[in-house]
Amino acid sequence: MKARAVELRTALVAPVTALLVALLAFDLLVLAYGASPLRVLRVMIEGTWGNPYGVGQVLFKATPLIFTGLAVAIPFRAGLFNIGAEGQVVMGALAGALIGMWLPGGTPWLLAIPLVAAAAALVGGGYGALPGALKARFGAHEVITTIMLNFVALALVNYLVATHFHEPETLHTAPIIEGARLSRLGAFLPALHGSAANTALLWALGGAGLVAWLLFRTPLGYEIRAVGLSPPAAENGGISLLRVSTVAMAIGGGCAGLVGVNFVQGYKYYFEDGFSGGVGFMGIAVALLGRNHPLGVVLAALLFGTLSQGGLVINALVPKEIVEILQAVIILVVVVASREVRSILLRAGGGR
Amino acid sequence: MEAFLSLAFLVQIVRISVPYVLASLGGTFSERGGTVNIALEGIMLTGAFGFVLGAHLTGSPVLGLLVGCGSGVALAALFALATLRFGADQIVCGVAINLLAVGVTRFALKMVWDSSSNSARVESIEPLVRAEGTTGIVLGVLTHPLILLAVALVAGGHVLLFRTRFGLRLRACGEHPHAAASLGIKVRWMRLYGVLLSGLLAGLAGVWLASDQHQFTDNMTGGRGYIALAAMIVGKWRPGLAAVACLLFGAADAVQMTLGGAGIAIPSQFLQMLPYLLTIVAVVGFMGRARPPAAVGQPYED
Repeated sequence: MKARAVELRTALVAPVTALLVALLAFDLLVLAYGASPLRVLRVMIEGTWGNPYGVGQVLFKATPLIFTGLAVAIPFRAGLFNIGAEGQVVMGALAGALIGMWLPGGTPWLLAIPLVAAAAALVGGGYGALPGALKARFGAHEVITTIMLNFVALALVNYLVATHFHEPETLHTAPIIEGARLSRLGAFLPALHGSAANTALLWALGGAGLVAWLLFRTPLGYEIRAVGLSPPAAENGGISLLRVSTVAMAIGGGCAGLVGVNFVQGYKYYFEDGFSGGVGFMGIAVALLGRNHPLGVVLAALLFGTLSQGGLVINALVPKEIVEILQAVIILVVVVASREVRSILLRAGGGR
Repeated sequence: MEAFLSLAFLVQIVRISVPYVLASLGGTFSERGGTVNIALEGIMLTGAFGFVLGAHLTGSPVLGLLVGCGSGVALAALFALATLRFGADQIVCGVAINLLAVGVTRFALKMVWDSSSNSARVESIEPLVRAEGTTGIVLGVLTHPLILLAVALVAGGHVLLFRTRFGLRLRACGEHPHAAASLGIKVRWMRLYGVLLSGLLAGLAGVWLASDQHQFTDNMTGGRGYIALAAMIVGKWRPGLAAVACLLFGAADAVQMTLGGAGIAIPSQFLQMLPYLLTIVAVVGFMGRARPPAAVGQPYED
């Protein structure tokens, strides 16, 4: 079997295996809780893809996951593991919220919306670029530095919000100006009325398309992938590791920062301490399940968005934490299955 | 100022540092064998839950301790199955295990105690000698079985790692697994021992946390596993040095708690950042390069 065919089959078989194992785990957990798996599953499907409001909520929850999935996938293509999306998310979102709050009230939306988003992307990107540069310049392992920078960011943002920028009696900032706010999807599709889904979804889908173009159709994308395949070979070919590592992490961090578009500009219109709630870590799962391909990232984000909304609708029957367990099971099975399926296929095809 | 010089303050530092010390020792064994263990956080959380569940069901904190350590080892075994048997990426698996631990403990908390925040109160592991007043505070640390155990484990861990054949072999697997294998060392088995030891120790760290608070609360580790990881790095993968780093981080925590009462104007968030910033400085190399075992994170294939 050709190597490419093996890759493609692995990309399909591993996620399907993971879903089947997750379904089995779901049945066992629901049974252990003393409920009927079939009934819980039906409620979950009805509450997500079964009605327009549910669909809207799934799309709303998938949007940040597309951004953080890309935030992990792009550096991964350059051989860098970005565990720091969580920190990049909060730094970017806070920057966006602050700019959005400081802009003069009458700023037209055509100017205000991109300005706020750019602030979020720039600060998130800068915070991502730092570990990339530390890796290339000093060899400081990006897994360690990004984990540590997450905690630094969370503490810093907590300090800034709690001490300087909060509204009295709350842990959120003042609202951003009207002009910087995005429309709800319900404004165009009346069926989605009432759900929090907003045009940030289009930003996310556009972003995924742009990333695909960048990775596979531009010289920079070629350099990123070359560094990911073999850093010494890329360097011999005249590619600067420092530049590519820093840029790949900066683009990843920028994507993470854009989570602020969904939450700050599209949903609450302010920054709230603790809003990220692990969305950066879920990005790792999304990128992994999507095999670090932008299209895969979008599909995986939809799946995890469905699970996350599904957890809320089944909470009356079984604890919603069941969903967290399923997400972990999916990640574990996907990483294990990817390797196993690949080696089985290679063996079946008589080696490479 | 005397708030920081008091005996109670020193005692507080020790109490805060115990889980860091135990978990970072666990991390050291795992990483010296060549396995990156981000899962410390989740293992610790599971150990804490196991202790409370065991103590609740049997009424005995000692049996709770066994259940806590056992569940830590069990989770570490799952981590080892994925990373060592199947060669899956250690960091991804670590992230997944942490997620799994949060989910499973929350689910079980709802099942057993029908609560989303905390368990019922359980008996905890008490100091051997009790007394009133200041003497009581000091003896509470000096004669606490888990604290004594932690001190012994750090000393024993150092000897095991640097003075025994087992330690030499374990370190060989982390530095150059193929050379180790050519000498007849079973690399995967050695790595398994390292990971299981980390499960035992991080589980024990969780036992301490839950025993100290007489109950399990949702996500009660709150990032302590990552602080332990940081201490291991700052301590350059050496048990003694890592324990010193843990005491330093514990002191930062204690200062942060005391500051609130003393009304001193250093934002507590900046003290919170300290361990993480120090770790970044350490890996970047500004205070004598912290160099990980050469083959850490690489799956081993025969």
